[in-house]
Amino acid sequence: MIRVQLEDFDLGLELSKLSNGNHQIGGMVSFVGLVRDMAAGDSISAMTLEHYPGMTEKQLTEIDQTANERWELNASLIIHRYGRLEPGDNIVLVACASPHRESAFDACHFLIDWLKTKAPFWKLEETRDGGHWVEAQTKDDVAMARWMK
Amino acid sequence: MKLLYFAWIRVKMGTSNESVDPPSTVENVQNLIDWIVRRNSVSSETFSDLTTIRVAVNQEYVGLDHPIKPGDEVAFFPPVTGG
Repeated sequence: MIRVQLEDFDLGLELSKLSNGNHQIGGMVSFVGLVRDMAAGDSISAMTLEHYPGMTEKQLTEIDQTANERWELNASLIIHRYGRLEPGDNIVLVACASPHRESAFDACHFLIDWLKTKAPFWKLEETRDGGHWVEAQTKDDVAMARWMK
Repeated sequence: MKLLYFAWIRVKMGTSNESVDPPSTVENVQNLIDWIVRRNSVSSETFSDLTTIRVAVNQEYVGLDHPIKPGDEVAFFPPVTGG
């Protein structure tokens, strides 16, 4: 399941909804991305996440389906926020439930790596010098390439 | 045809979207960009370095040789930085 939302999320609540009393699940792995207060030596007061409504949901749904085809998962969840966020705020949640830990770890890692290079979001960081757009990083492409086969 | 701009491309173009009606000789994404940049200096400056721009047609990533047709939604944006 995927959600794109302005509001914050509660990790504990989301995980208990994900397991939902399903006793086939042997383990759940989650990743939560947070807003940092530093980037490239600049102090960040806030960031605004812009996205492409429609394409975002389409891309996240495709990524989620791919993970469910590649690994044995009981359930998976991607929540990505947009709008203005401050240091310490949650940005993204990826969670996977599986009978076995390897599948849960791998699928969760895959999902965050893929969404970083595929989901149409852009970060505008606010610093003392004003706003600047975060540039895509080669290391994210390298991280994604690991999952290509 | 609807054009959408995001992030710094939206800022440079001064709008998030516009409706255009390019001539029938505009058959693919590259033709469309060539047609857009001929209109004014703001457009030509924004699209001066295509290595910094990604394109989606009808919400799917495409290359510059991808065909386009009336009614398509064509989006231009920088490499994504979510997550």
